[in-house]
Amino acid sequence: MTTDLHRRLGMTDEEFAQVGAILGRPPADPELAMYSVMWSEHCSYKSSRAFLRDLPTDAPWVVVGPGENAGVVDIGDGWLAAIRIESHNHPSFVEPYQGAATGVGGILRDVFTMGARPIGLWNQIRFGNLDDPHNRYLLGGVVAGIAGYGNAVGVPTLGGEVEFDDTYRGNPLVNVMCLGILRRDQLVLGTAGPPGSIAVLLGSSTGRDGIGGASVLASAGFDEEAATKRPSVQVGDPYEEKKLIEACLELYERDLVVGVQDLGAAGLSCAASEPAARAGAGLDLDLDAVHCRETGMTAPELLMSESQERMMAFVDPAHVEEVLAVAERWEIDASIVGTVRDGDRLRVFHDGRAVADVPASSLAEDAPVLHRPVRRPDWIDELWDEPTRPVGADIGETLVTLLGHPSVGDPSWIYEQFDHMLFLNTVAGPGLDASLVRVRGTSKGLAVSTDGNGALCYLDPRRGGARLVWEAAMNVAVVGAKPLAIVDNLNFGNPENPEVMWQFTETLAGLSDACIDLGVPIVGGNVSFYNETDGADIHPTPVVGMLGLADPMPPLHGAVTPGMAILVCGPAQSTNLSGSAVQTIVHGDHGGRPSDVEPVIGAASIETALRIAHEIDGAVLHDISKGGALVTLAEVLIRANTGASLSPTPYAHAFGEDPHRFLCFVPAKQIEETIRIAVENGTRVELWGATTGASELRIGHTNVVAVEHLAEAWRGAIAGRMAGGANG
Amino acid sequence: MKVGIVVFPGTNCERDVAHALGMFGADTELVWHRETDLDEFDRIVLPGGFAHGDYLRAGAIARFSPVMRPVADAANAGVPVLGICNGFQILCEAGLLPGALIANRDLRFICRPVHVRVESTDSILTRAAKPGQVLRIPLNSYEGSYVPGDMAPTPVLRYCEPDGSVTDAANPNGSSDGVAGLANAAGNVVGLMPHPERAVEEFMVSTDGRVLLQSFLAS
Repeated sequence: MTTDLHRRLGMTDEEFAQVGAILGRPPADPELAMYSVMWSEHCSYKSSRAFLRDLPTDAPWVVVGPGENAGVVDIGDGWLAAIRIESHNHPSFVEPYQGAATGVGGILRDVFTMGARPIGLWNQIRFGNLDDPHNRYLLGGVVAGIAGYGNAVGVPTLGGEVEFDDTYRGNPLVNVMCLGILRRDQLVLGTAGPPGSIAVLLGSSTGRDGIGGASVLASAGFDEEAATKRPSVQVGDPYEEKKLIEACLELYERDLVVGVQDLGAAGLSCAASEPAARAGAGLDLDLDAVHCRETGMTAPELLMSESQERMMAFVDPAHVEEVLAVAERWEIDASIVGTVRDGDRLRVFHDGRAVADVPASSLAEDAPVLHRPVRRPDWIDELWDEPTRPVGADIGETLVTLLGHPSVGDPSWIYEQFDHMLFLNTVAGPGLDASLVRVRGTSKGLAVSTDGNGALCYLDPRRGGARLVWEAAMNVAVVGAKPLAIVDNLNFGNPENPEVMWQFTETLAGLSDACIDLGVPIVGGNVSFYNETDGADIHPTPVVGMLGLADPMPPLHGAVTPGMAILVCGPAQSTNLSGSAVQTIVHGDHGGRPSDVEPVIGAASIETALRIAHEIDGAVLHDISKGGALVTLAEVLIRANTGASLSPTPYAHAFGEDPHRFLCFVPAKQIEETIRIAVENGTRVELWGATTGASELRIGHTNVVAVEHLAEAWRGAIAGRMAGGANG
Repeated sequence: MKVGIVVFPGTNCERDVAHALGMFGADTELVWHRETDLDEFDRIVLPGGFAHGDYLRAGAIARFSPVMRPVADAANAGVPVLGICNGFQILCEAGLLPGALIANRDLRFICRPVHVRVESTDSILTRAAKPGQVLRIPLNSYEGSYVPGDMAPTPVLRYCEPDGSVTDAANPNGSSDGVAGLANAAGNVVGLMPHPERAVEEFMVSTDGRVLLQSFLAS
């Protein structure tokens, strides 16, 4: 063995020494290979683990919290929902189509591993300036990859969000989230089961693709040689995954498995060691039995391969024949690769010889926990001291500029490439505040909103983190769903930079406070560090995925028609525009300190929104967030092709993004009842204006903009820029 | 009456079609692609999805699945056979309908509602509709652009504007002559790209798919 093999595998000298201490001897190559991937940042969360312990993860309805493949919550009447979010940032920069596609494949496996049928996918994608052809290439590739995989695997993509900011130009973010549902008795955990259980490897054959993906790609920053890492990106096969989903669901339905683990990052190393560690057992793994797509693979290659669309099922010996028959029926390959043993050793055999013998739990649980230094940046006070002033620009012109920006404008160029109607449950689809799907056979609906905002979190990661949680909660409330649980995807720069760690810890504090105030647990998450290019860290970009439960489903949202009252509900907008779209996009101003959340007022706003959504016939509600109240209103007018007349509106009032506020459109005869509900909850209401049959937006006496003019800007924001093709 | 819904590995709309047909009282059964006997069925549906991953070309491998022999026998015997989206592609590949479906004009997947006009009511899909009736139904395909073969197709649906006029602008995928759906000469085998099962309930984009599915069940 060469002396620096561990370094080439991304391990530090200290970690190498620690492996030696665990084993009482120097590790053999296959052992070192396993430790290198299992102890990578991506798999072990070694930089973040110490800080994640304090997050609020519990509530009476949590069935499975963080640490398993997906979080699981009880939604009543014997139904559970499984939810998970994960990043595929680095692979998507190196190879956008396959990077995004395999991200979708991976998140699906995390969810159907739990026994759930995946019913929806969401994606949160962030790129540099869309006027740069390379970013158009990345957007085109990522969207095509999500479409190519998600559509073919047969799971609808129901929403997400997109943002364009120079901070992501060398390091786009691609986060994907999946929701599944299951009957309580179908819940499966990632355990190897009792000694004697048989490990059956299902799905695709194993090849040399993606070797070291977790350690080489996901756990280091980027430089100009990024393209040379392309072979570390895996290749997806949605057809194989579709068959794997159906086969696994049949196995669960017939109760033929004791545990299941998907093969994602760290491949077989993970799928063998984690379930054994969870079961408190050992495992004999026979690499000679693994079905391969190429010959001559070495033991380290077999252990580290991240070939996609593979699952490890742990089966009672009496059921092995039936499991193989199910695999045969669904036309997927299966091989018997291991046996669960007493004790705690993971023993690996290759070419008939033992090539590794390590404590299974040492791979899964003994990764070093780093207490990285944290330092509050000096520049944060300077940023906060910068005055943020409402700029006295023309309201109409500002509105058109905002609507024409790809972070604000019409995202349908993206989501119309995704099947968002499959399964016939999509009551509210992509492009709205939250997606809403019905759970057939019940009175329930599940709402999902995903929210991130790098510019806001850069200015104040604590307030930013809290605001995302509150915004996501408001988003599910306006479609009539009560906030139930969140998953988070924490995209940050280099954790070796103490200022990045400060952003990280502040964000966690903000998320945590907001979740406690809302009474909503965090049931899972993903941490993605090393999002940097040539030493420049991205803005801290936590993404929150909120699951809401509507039970019963609210009445169908009617259409917005002329003659409806427009109400602004929630606290009055302050003059603070820090972190808002108008400040960053229109004025290029990146300073000030964003407004904080107000938990008591926020909780009242959410309750008011829920009640209006359920009790007021014909009410249409929208959360006020990116772009502020006027942008939210303009989008409604464009979609409904109707006009509006508003009372005179100050600039900050039009574009401010203070939290806990929503717009409410109600038929004139319902105004009184709506206001009564708001007042009962202690929510401030303001009558802003009314929708009209005219084809213009009229603000006060002076500002008049044609709705068609707004629509043109909004529709062209992404579609117009992408019209010349991805490379145009 | 019993409807057989054929499921290839990679098919994904089978339960949606069963649900929608069930709304109109149909007794449906999912049939795996290795089945070789379809005698018990009075109607056959090839639903949407990605049969065999659509590898090589949409429908190119599915036409060799064992179930396609009894599907062809049934089609030739006059049994109503409906292909939706991927099912339409498979019927073309199998030679049960003329022509082929190629990649969309803009080389992007399209999932959105489109308007189609009923061109002929002389088919199992359109019998209950009115000639010229305009329907709003979701499209969901990448290879949805129809190209005719030697035989002139009998269009039953064409892409159109909301007012029913057939224009280039209303043609979402570059389909020849705006063809969205067509029938064989006997009218018992029909394929269409839009998904009628996605337009049957109040919360969906429309309920215009009902008339098509009801035609199919009533024929």
